[in-house]
Amino acid sequence: MSKIPEELKYTKTHEWVKIDGEIATIGITDHAQHELSDVVFLELPNKGRQVNAGEACAVVESHKTASDVYSPLSGEVVDSNLELLNDLSLINTDPYGKGWFFKRKISNHKEIENLLSAKDYKKIING
Amino acid sequence: MEINPKQLKRTPLYQKHIELGAKLVDFAGWEMPVQYTTLLDEHLAVRSNVGIFDISHMGQLIVSGKESMQFLNYALTNDVSKLSPGEAQYSLMCNKKGGVIDDLYVYCLKKNRYLIIVNASRTETDISHLFQVLEVFGKDKDVHIDLTQNSAAVAIQGKNAVKIIELLLNQPSIDGAPVKSPAELKKNQIAAFLSDKDHVWVSRTGYTGEDGFELFATSLIIIDLWDKIFEIGKQFGIKPAGLGARDTLRLEACYPLYGHELDENSTPLEAGLGFFVAFDKGEFIGRDVLFKQKTEGVNKRCIAFKMLQKSPPPRQGYPIWNCAVETNPVGIVTSGTHSPTFNIGIGMGYVRTEVSAVGTELEIDIRGNRYKAEIVKKPFYKKQ
Repeated sequence: MSKIPEELKYTKTHEWVKIDGEIATIGITDHAQHELSDVVFLELPNKGRQVNAGEACAVVESHKTASDVYSPLSGEVVDSNLELLNDLSLINTDPYGKGWFFKRKISNHKEIENLLSAKDYKKIING
Repeated sequence: MEINPKQLKRTPLYQKHIELGAKLVDFAGWEMPVQYTTLLDEHLAVRSNVGIFDISHMGQLIVSGKESMQFLNYALTNDVSKLSPGEAQYSLMCNKKGGVIDDLYVYCLKKNRYLIIVNASRTETDISHLFQVLEVFGKDKDVHIDLTQNSAAVAIQGKNAVKIIELLLNQPSIDGAPVKSPAELKKNQIAAFLSDKDHVWVSRTGYTGEDGFELFATSLIIIDLWDKIFEIGKQFGIKPAGLGARDTLRLEACYPLYGHELDENSTPLEAGLGFFVAFDKGEFIGRDVLFKQKTEGVNKRCIAFKMLQKSPPPRQGYPIWNCAVETNPVGIVTSGTHSPTFNIGIGMGYVRTEVSAVGTELEIDIRGNRYKAEIVKKPFYKKQ
């Protein structure tokens, strides 16, 4: 069974979001990393980039496919997990911890209401 | 309730895949395992020990009758008359323009009886094409084309495959190549062996670049053998392997895949498969165009390339550029991945003949960024 921590928010496109005051940390879910299998390449957004909610801003690739990672919220990218580029296996082994992708400033708190709860996300992946 | 909205076909080993926790995908209308654990794990198991694949989705045709050899020589590019009972060859089926309808394996089971293994995605097209060819060849001729029913197949691939087959069916053959045991089969040989009460055809062929065997039999026999192979294979590090690993393994070995390197707009000569076109055997479908290409040359060629810098993995459809021709791409990627064996991006693709020499530097356009690559000699991987 995929892990779905209660305290996080989720998207239909399998990103997770951790809200910490004005900062949101974003990564891909345990379910997503399992579907992808071993990650072989990752492209992250640069610091300072302005991204709209729903915009593709990272690419994660396995042997088989390239998948876009969408920004669940609008705002500026304030940090990218460059250490992840040295050890992509962290995306597979620690998706909610060391496998985080990027952090952004939250520009519109209302957008948080559009995110899914752990319970709702669980419904989606279980069909 | 079990939901199968697309009415996907299932192989007789479907239940085994479920029990093994496989992730299943729609492949050419079949619900097939793409991976059981991880692609990397399965790929490396085949390269270092042994893996087992369900290949029951592939089409198994039987072409028989007194004029079956002449018919196949007319329908296919390779020379079937060179096959004795118990021998097999790779071949292609072309349209009149020399475009590839399918690539396949022809096994001569006995005189006037051939087993033909075709791609799952092409089985229906192949059968209707073969019947059309038969109209031209002569409906009155003694040729029968049948799609085998209730059949299944598995591939055991990797250097330990021979150790498993030795313990699985340690007995002399009863048909096909006369051997004392299946381990004695040479590459491209096939023979029948008794398994319980029914027989199983075993060939020394595969699609991974490793030594290995393919087993063809009825569903019941294959289900039974699947369990036995696992039991015996444990000591040799066997793992079930899915379509994901099958694709990266074949790509490292530079085996073409229909829908990627091969389609009706590419010829065997353009694909670099001229070795499997027998011009000296007489008339066959596509010969005129292929002979012209052989004498005058081709405009595009299927090449293998490796990335020279860190980049996203190349994928089918990415444009290929060359610095000598700046205005337009010189070709297109047909297959690509991150190679599990070499840990770099590799691929195959078609490029214009003038930039197709080994050593030529290329650039692969990946989402608008160009990354350096180099044409290399095929295959990337060759077993020791």
